[in-house]
Amino acid sequence: MRLRLEVNGERREVDGVWEGESLLYVLRERLGLPGSKNACEQGECGSCSVYMDGILVCSCLVLAGQAEGREVVTVEGIAGGDELHPVQEAFVEAGAVQCGFCTPGFVVATHDLLRREPEPTDAEIREALAGNLCRCTGYEKILDAVRLAAQRTG
Amino acid sequence: MMRAETVPATPTRERPEAPVTRPGRIGESTTRADGVPKVTGEFEYSSDLSMDGMLWGATLRSPHPHANIWSVDTSEAEAMPGVFAVLTHEDVPGRKVYGMEIPDQPVLAWERIRYGGEPVAVVAADHPETARLALEKISVEYEVLDPLTDAQEAMKEDAPKLHLSGNVLRHVRIDHGNVAKASAEADVVVTGEYEVGMQDQAFLGPESGLAVPDGEGGVDLYISTQWLHVDRDQVAESLGLPPEMVRLTLSGVGGAFGGREDLSMQVHACLLALHTERPVKMVYNREESFYGHVHRHPAKMSYEHGATKSGELVYVKARFVLDGGAYASSSMAVCLNAATFACGPYKVPNAEVESYLAYTNNPPCGAMRGFGAVQACFGHESQMDKLAEALGMDPVELRVKNAIEPGDRFPFGQEVPPPAPVVEILERVKAMPMPEEKEVMGRDLRELPGGVSNTTHGEGVRRGVGYAVSFKNIGFSAGFDDYSTARVILSIEDGEPLVRVHTAAAEVGQGLVTLQAQIARTELGVERVAVLQADTRVGSAGSTSASRQSYVTGGAVKKACEAVRERLFERVREELGEDSGDLSVENGDVVSGGEVVLPLSEVLDEEIEETVEYRHKPTYPPDENGQGDVHVQFAFSAHRAVVEVDVELGLVRVVELATAQDVGKAMNPQALEGQIEGGVAQGLGLALLEEIQIKDGRIQNASFTDYLLPTTLDMPSVKMDILELADPEAPYGLKGVGEPPTISSTPAIVAALRDATGRELPRVPVKPEQIVGIAKKPPDAPPQPGSAGYAELGRLDERREQ
Repeated sequence: MRLRLEVNGERREVDGVWEGESLLYVLRERLGLPGSKNACEQGECGSCSVYMDGILVCSCLVLAGQAEGREVVTVEGIAGGDELHPVQEAFVEAGAVQCGFCTPGFVVATHDLLRREPEPTDAEIREALAGNLCRCTGYEKILDAVRLAAQRTG
Repeated sequence: MMRAETVPATPTRERPEAPVTRPGRIGESTTRADGVPKVTGEFEYSSDLSMDGMLWGATLRSPHPHANIWSVDTSEAEAMPGVFAVLTHEDVPGRKVYGMEIPDQPVLAWERIRYGGEPVAVVAADHPETARLALEKISVEYEVLDPLTDAQEAMKEDAPKLHLSGNVLRHVRIDHGNVAKASAEADVVVTGEYEVGMQDQAFLGPESGLAVPDGEGGVDLYISTQWLHVDRDQVAESLGLPPEMVRLTLSGVGGAFGGREDLSMQVHACLLALHTERPVKMVYNREESFYGHVHRHPAKMSYEHGATKSGELVYVKARFVLDGGAYASSSMAVCLNAATFACGPYKVPNAEVESYLAYTNNPPCGAMRGFGAVQACFGHESQMDKLAEALGMDPVELRVKNAIEPGDRFPFGQEVPPPAPVVEILERVKAMPMPEEKEVMGRDLRELPGGVSNTTHGEGVRRGVGYAVSFKNIGFSAGFDDYSTARVILSIEDGEPLVRVHTAAAEVGQGLVTLQAQIARTELGVERVAVLQADTRVGSAGSTSASRQSYVTGGAVKKACEAVRERLFERVREELGEDSGDLSVENGDVVSGGEVVLPLSEVLDEEIEETVEYRHKPTYPPDENGQGDVHVQFAFSAHRAVVEVDVELGLVRVVELATAQDVGKAMNPQALEGQIEGGVAQGLGLALLEEIQIKDGRIQNASFTDYLLPTTLDMPSVKMDILELADPEAPYGLKGVGEPPTISSTPAIVAALRDATGRELPRVPVKPEQIVGIAKKPPDAPPQPGSAGYAELGRLDERREQ
């Protein structure tokens, strides 16, 4: 099938999409945007988090066809230029990145949290990011990064 | 097997250019060179690779844990449009088995299946879904056999043999002092039976890679692994190719924790690529990942500790049975490790340790962070608490009293090298301020066990505190030639000095790329460093395992930098004369007596390149009594856990974890803290959540829905006290740091749970039903009216009548 959608502000058209493909597969394998990650592909780990029409979703749980005509923003579109977004900067500086496989998902989820709640408490951060798994950091440095980003953007 | 049309041009991949960084010196917190591409999504992991004309590989796995294979028919799958190859064991041109210690694991099974999920055939197709559908069209005739799923049963004489060599893969016995005599001298004896479940590494980046045929019979493999060279050698052996025709390049690795030591899809992808003459990518999904790598060995442990009335250990008897699953992996080494750590970091004058490792039809087990020490530590620390209780002693005081010190001998005969600060880390972790204890009732739900599930408002919540201490060998042991190779090039690029560092050491997330750059920056006094992509064009770096890379590859980079510096100074002396004094390099200039004597640019018309190997001091295999200088370095850590338990529902909130760890030298403090926090989280997972559940040899929970990992809501903050007591033998005095945090955090949490509940809790992970004391089996007699405790209310039908 043919799929038309907007990704990171650009109109994209993809042909030959099999109906069973997920939005994650289309982003990674057909649109050259492998930033959204394929860690569990069942909506448990949050590594594939993207915005669809401004709502945070696991792109592995969205069928490609459901994204027809929608606006999608991936980790590659968070910064909107050559500069890092403050959330991305904070993740690098706070040491919140180790293997980094969960990082794109955390960056998008943190972006979403700070958009909704510019000055989150620790309890709010923990709750908002509970859908994102990280196996390397034990989360402490990720919490540091979120606090740092909130401080800079709030 | 089908052969595809040859693609006209030989496909090649461009290597990503190594980023030039300006790292800090050693001892400084330096942000990662790969941090920026990782936050933007540009960093290329092995599952992100893509090439024109690329095919997708997929693996057919046995649904049975034990079976004979009578036939495999691939014809229907081969005939499917879009399918380019269907391969079985018949298509493996070289050695049909692989394995790091013992090559006993089939690349593709023939005749016999030994575990559920074992690979039988592989397919290459033009779409992953086509490949998956083709797997369904392969018809395998199995004769299903009863699985042998209990390690104790497997060791019995009359058990069916899973391998020609029998089912006991290894037995290590440590005989120290005279336990028979000593057992008469003990005033107090405590015994215990403990069990550790099968934990999964659960790295987030799935097994994946891209194999690219070179058009001349060889192959390039872009892969996430822990050890490029051991993969290369095994892949070449099975492909029947000389090693130089198989080239491996490390691709982005999404975590490892031991689970990438063994091969997964490496040979399969290369076979498919060579058969189809097309690049082939394989990516496991999460379910397949649970079948695609080894797990932590489940263990059953029996202990007996004897002590004097005043709390001095007199003897320890320990017997371990570790379940190795279907194939050997690194089980031999795990079995030895478990035995050497069985008694804990204590003075034990008499010890008798038996460690058995058995083959079963369970999933293969091998390396996972802590490697045998994790299981042993849960056993010896549970025993120390039990002993303290029997003696009426404070558990930390008992540990301090028996703590091993430099100059003592471990039960395996090796002298304890300095530093061995067991007393100090215990005292420090105990002295850390306790977390505030807020009134339970009326708290924010998120600060109670069960959280926003609204299971308690504070009723039935009890607090508990527990301690544990551990030790772990750093580096490969028992006579293994454990070395690393580093190639360092000093040159002028774009008018400025640049050091390039090239090793085959796998960066798996731990931050070795940054550390290598820091070492080069420090040793050569040059600000700009580029760490090249790890690959097999340079000599082996050994495995990213056993917390060894900072030590061994760090040591190799240091030594290579020293060799480069020596050549540089020779040039300076040629230029300025032999009496140019004590030379050093600072900020890109050669300095003598505090004065700049030459800018580097004037002596580096020609670049300087050195390649060196670095070895730590040799180790030796144990003798028949389990005695010997088996290990090279020991790292020590202690933990304190504070928990709150809803004793009615068995739900737990870990309030805080505190740790003291000796690291020798904090090379990059921020990265080091991250290692400790992450390691502690995996220990918490084993204590409370993580277990691969096996029933009749089959994994019941191969998903992140059912295999539970700690989230932000489970993992508390970690207080830490980092000691830097230099090891005189190690580069910069450093000690490996990756594993210790995972080892004693688990028993500390369980000790805290016992403190809160008064229950024995002999098994990890501890489940809610054990915390509230629900029996393992249903009661023998069916429940009767009133037996659930509502007798005083009377039977429902009687009440109705009233």
